[in-house]
Amino acid sequence: MNTLTDRITEDMSAPLDERQAAVAPNFDDPVLNPDFKTFGNVHVDDPAMTSRNVNVSYGDKQAIFNVSLDVGKNEVIAMIGPSGCGKSTFLRCLNRMNDTIDVCRVSGSIKLYGEDIYGKDMDVVLLRARVGIVFQKPNPFPKSLYENVAYGVKLHGLASSKSELDDIVESSLRKADLWKEVSDRLDKPGTGLSGGQQQRLCIARAIAISPEIILMDEPCSALDPIATAAIEELIDELRKQYSICIVTHSMQQAARVSQRTAYFHLGRLVEVGATDTVFTNPRHRLTEGYITGRFG
Amino acid sequence: MTQVEIIKAGLARRYARETRFRMYGLSSIVCGLAFLVFLLVTTGSNGYTALLQTHIGLDIHLLAEDFGDDRSRESLSKANYSGFIKEALRQTFPEVTKRKEKKALYRIMSGGAQYQLREKVMADPSLIGRSVTYWLLADDEVDVFVKGRIDRDVPEKNRRIKDITIGWVDRLAEDGRVEKRFNIPFFTAGDSREPEQAGIFGATMGSIFTMLVTMLLAFPIGVAAAIYLQEFAPKNRITDLLEVNINNLAAVPSIIFGLLGLAIFINAFGLPRSVPLVGGMVLALMTLPTIIISSRAALGAVPPSIREAALGLGASPVQTVLHHVVPLAMPGMLTGTIIGLAQALGESAPLLVIGMVAFIVDVPGGPLDPATALPVQIYLWSDSPERAFVERTSAAIMVLLLFLVAVNGLIVLLRKKFEHRW
Repeated sequence: MNTLTDRITEDMSAPLDERQAAVAPNFDDPVLNPDFKTFGNVHVDDPAMTSRNVNVSYGDKQAIFNVSLDVGKNEVIAMIGPSGCGKSTFLRCLNRMNDTIDVCRVSGSIKLYGEDIYGKDMDVVLLRARVGIVFQKPNPFPKSLYENVAYGVKLHGLASSKSELDDIVESSLRKADLWKEVSDRLDKPGTGLSGGQQQRLCIARAIAISPEIILMDEPCSALDPIATAAIEELIDELRKQYSICIVTHSMQQAARVSQRTAYFHLGRLVEVGATDTVFTNPRHRLTEGYITGRFG
Repeated sequence: MTQVEIIKAGLARRYARETRFRMYGLSSIVCGLAFLVFLLVTTGSNGYTALLQTHIGLDIHLLAEDFGDDRSRESLSKANYSGFIKEALRQTFPEVTKRKEKKALYRIMSGGAQYQLREKVMADPSLIGRSVTYWLLADDEVDVFVKGRIDRDVPEKNRRIKDITIGWVDRLAEDGRVEKRFNIPFFTAGDSREPEQAGIFGATMGSIFTMLVTMLLAFPIGVAAAIYLQEFAPKNRITDLLEVNINNLAAVPSIIFGLLGLAIFINAFGLPRSVPLVGGMVLALMTLPTIIISSRAALGAVPPSIREAALGLGASPVQTVLHHVVPLAMPGMLTGTIIGLAQALGESAPLLVIGMVAFIVDVPGGPLDPATALPVQIYLWSDSPERAFVERTSAAIMVLLLFLVAVNGLIVLLRKKFEHRW
């Protein structure tokens, strides 16, 4: 009961702002207040993933400070914030893509259905099969379209026969809304598609292995509005089966596709809440400043 | 001055600088091409004559009684063919009677002529008892003279071929008995002390076996080392040290590798001397740094997004590297291999140290037979006093260059194949 925030929240009779300001002028500054607590409820009932007190540093430079956030089942959670705020770093922690960076250190706990993903028993290959990822820049393999989608399936031995593999490839491409465009040229290289098609190919590749959660790191940043609309529609469709975490620079996109929104600022998770609330009635001044376009 | 005027004023100078820079580049390329053309022209003009060899047509009557009744191969091989040739020469020039002159006359034919005759008779015994014109190898001095490389106006004491011999050759030529024919032995025989019998085939086979050993050792080891160092090795002082040392090894003089091979492969391991196996191992050591350095560069140039894509799908690090990174880096790795093998192919110094400079007549049949290699053969011939070896040296250089083009072509084909897959 000694920390600043505890003292602030102790006495519930006065209005919140007054109470906070009375105790500490920096109460809501995530950087200056070492005990800053995220505004809004980071918890959901029945979460798919839970993160608690996650800290990430690259060598001497700390990128993520004390972030706790749940990802619910069948929900799209958008992570927004100015450049360099750590949202992509946090996303990449969720399937341990940061392992590939030598100097990256992660502490705290991240659990997938109760299993610690940084624990000794967690196999990173299995984790990445369960938590798929789509990157900012479309990165199809320089192989045929078919090989691109079939690669993960073959890798994990998920298809027992050629016809089953064909079915998985077709249904994945259908889900990614790419089948009509490419069904007659599955043997052509994936790198020959347009940018939007490539990104949908990458999504098809990710969903071919039926992950439980799909992470998307600014999937539309390199795409035109039409391709973006197609992918947003796709995300909405995918939500029925998967949980999706999407990092985006576009607040309109976050508002369109997500159910919950998390706002990051300088490595801190400032505010989390239902997307409607965050965009119409933000509780933190930084969130408000960002979504009204005053900075970021 | 407005901004546009300031920019305009500077434009002429900028374009002039650009033109000048282009001219530097163009002139250096022209310069390089000129040297290359000069090299090819001198080598070609010196060497093309080695493709033809002077033959002399002699009417030889193979007397049946000299062969006896036995027509078995063994008996045929023992007949006195040299005697038939001498007899034919005596009959062609009946005026030669003095012993010394006769000896000189016999010397216009190559020492190998009797074996040519023997081969013909053994292939067709029905020649025995008949008088037929046989075209047999002339001596290398005669060959050089016929090819016009000896000036007959030079005083007799200053040239190897004497006036009397020139007279005989001229008479034979008048009778249409001197002909330049395609030099088959040059492409099918091993080395010889007699230039007219010396061939490049032994050295070519030696080079082929040496290169095979080098390629089979250096490529897999070099690529594996590069993959480990680039993709898997922890980044610490030891790997830094290794990297510096590999870079330094690429600059070590090749003869040092020869001494290393002598000390380790021959003295410590007890492998035989002068064999392509050891030569290939030494050259593989020499080639490794080149392959490792260029393979690491090729691996490093594969975009990280491809690695992330594979890892994100749940591929293990080894699967990521083997399925995606290595195939993409393969063209670059093969380029490094071309450079390394081309270097190894032209290398002679380390081969001298491990004994591949020995005089070896037999064509090697495998990597464990004593052999020499093309560059060493060129060195040996260029060191020989006989005039006839001059053209052979140039011809051997042409063969070496062709070999080089063939090896490079093969690897370029391989590289194209890998590039096509993407």
